Amino acid sequence: MLVKPELGSLIGAVVILAFFSAQSSVFRSLSGIANWLDVASTLGIMAVAVALLMIGGHFDLSAGVLTGTTALTVGIVAVRFDQNIWVAIAAAGVLALAIGALNGWLVTRTGLPSFIITLATFLMLQGLNLGLTKLFTGTVQVRGIAEAPGYHSAELVLASTFSVFGQQFRIAIVWWLLATAVATWVLLRTRFGNWVFATGGDEVASRNVGVPAARTTIRLFMTTAAAAWLVGSITAVRLTSVQANTGTGQELIYIVAAVIGGCLLTGGFGSAIGAALGALVFGMTQQGIVYLRWDADWFYFFLGAMLLLAVLSNRAVRRYAEAARR
Amino acid sequence: MARRKRLLALALAAPLVLLGCSTENSGGEGETTAAAPSGGGGTADGDLQFAVVTHGSAGDAFWDVVQKGAKAAGDDLGVGVDYQSDGDPQRQSQLIEAAVNQGVDGIVVSMANPDALQDSLAAARAAKIPVVTINSGADRSAEFGAIGHVGQDETIAGQGAGQRLARDGRKNVLCVVHEAGNIGLEQRCAGASQGLGADVRLLQVDINDLQGAQATITSQLQADPSVDAVLTLNSAVAPIAAAAASDAGSQAEIATFDLNGDVIAAIKAGTVAFAVDQQQYEQGYLPIVMLKLYAQNLNTVGGGQPVLTGPGIVDSSNVEAIGDLASAGTR
Repeated sequence: MLVKPELGSLIGAVVILAFFSAQSSVFRSLSGIANWLDVASTLGIMAVAVALLMIGGHFDLSAGVLTGTTALTVGIVAVRFDQNIWVAIAAAGVLALAIGALNGWLVTRTGLPSFIITLATFLMLQGLNLGLTKLFTGTVQVRGIAEAPGYHSAELVLASTFSVFGQQFRIAIVWWLLATAVATWVLLRTRFGNWVFATGGDEVASRNVGVPAARTTIRLFMTTAAAAWLVGSITAVRLTSVQANTGTGQELIYIVAAVIGGCLLTGGFGSAIGAALGALVFGMTQQGIVYLRWDADWFYFFLGAMLLLAVLSNRAVRRYAEAARR
Repeated sequence: MARRKRLLALALAAPLVLLGCSTENSGGEGETTAAAPSGGGGTADGDLQFAVVTHGSAGDAFWDVVQKGAKAAGDDLGVGVDYQSDGDPQRQSQLIEAAVNQGVDGIVVSMANPDALQDSLAAARAAKIPVVTINSGADRSAEFGAIGHVGQDETIAGQGAGQRLARDGRKNVLCVVHEAGNIGLEQRCAGASQGLGADVRLLQVDINDLQGAQATITSQLQADPSVDAVLTLNSAVAPIAAAAASDAGSQAEIATFDLNGDVIAAIKAGTVAFAVDQQQYEQGYLPIVMLKLYAQNLNTVGGGQPVLTGPGIVDSSNVEAIGDLASAGTR
């Protein structure tokens, strides 16, 4: 029970929830909860996918900027090419999966660290995002997505709100819970999940017992790309305008959330629920600092301190568990 | 074993330490935090609490002056002012929603990306919280129900710079964009083209990598010796551009938007010809005044038209007087 990877992040989440709730009545109010869940949701969708990839032994530094790429693609196809927004979203999906497959293929084919391969993709995508956006729109933003045909149905699915006890919650929260549930099921209940753990644990050994390690790796990269597609589409539909620098820098936050959630940097260990809780810790901390009216200049310091504490307590719990098992 | 206990103790003690931080913090900030009403709700004579939410990234010298202006207004007028910022539009909208949840008496917001803030500003309107927009987004301000806008019209400011360069006899101008994704910067370059009467060339650099920016500007100047002026859009880039011009052996005139100590010194030394100052201190200060007047007297300023804080040109003729103020961090 104690060796469950998400235990540390669960404790961290409870401590942080208790701390901010005790300090701020707005934080624990329904509108406050809706606010920090919103922050956690899109981050959480990505963190869950990134956690799967990390369990499989790889990183994806292009995941953040890929959310920008998909959001910009949705915008450009819908606005500049006058397409139905669902066509634009589908096009962005095809593009995202292709980029994910390319990442995975390059990693498995070359044997280079995924860190390097996806760093290259990250830089190339950053350049393409800026260059192509300017080429198509003449500026650095895509605007007017709300006027695209089919926008209202897309808004309903990706950017609407639902009411709980009279408080409006963002639908992205539902997507986040769904992503966590599906990822957990895949990891723990399917053959593919076993392959993920095996590939991340020891790739050579797993290949020797017949695990298709290369195929598993490629699929995992396509999974993060698919998550980036979902988040990018949510961003594009919700904000109705997209900046060319969207998502840049977020990739590290996803990895941080996965690490808080108990994923090992070396692969083979971790959980999707843990990563979702890691995202929750992040969302609560980010907005909690705002609600306490702490000086914003210290924001990143508090965030870093929270991260350090979460990881330390995580490690302490795991060591304790391992000692108890022996 | 002992080590493990220490770690656990650390993890458990952490919230207590942070608790200590928070009390220390509120003690340090004094009246502003203490005066914050818990419920809010726009009472005219109670203690007023305003939130300022900008798109500036932390540590940006430009936004630091805006923050100073807002805080100074809060102190002068005896109202609470809370400053938050994030460059990511979605994060900025979440910060606005947080302010709405807190029931503040007024919100000041910079609109670099108006569409993205539409929902959260609608939430502010639904909660009957008055909003003043600042800096960018003047054209959408009234549409979003803001009671006023304080800022510099980027296009007009760009025109001012372009006209001045034309008067100096410049023809081939390089406009250095330091932040991808900021529409205001593009508008400045477009305005400069209009003022100059000729298209300026855009050069993309990264504000977070000034050394690389210098190399990029140097190679541009080496590659095209006909460039006779470099217009930078951020005070941190101006000295870099001046150094790049000297590296490249170029005689190009350097002009910039916005001031800092380095730019003042460079104008005094003659390596930077002039700076277009948008006096962003006013963009922090004036909205707090406007919100207070609105809360107490339902006054509005500008009647739907933006209140312009710039362009003010700083060159060798007035640099001495303004230099002292800039080193105090208010210009």
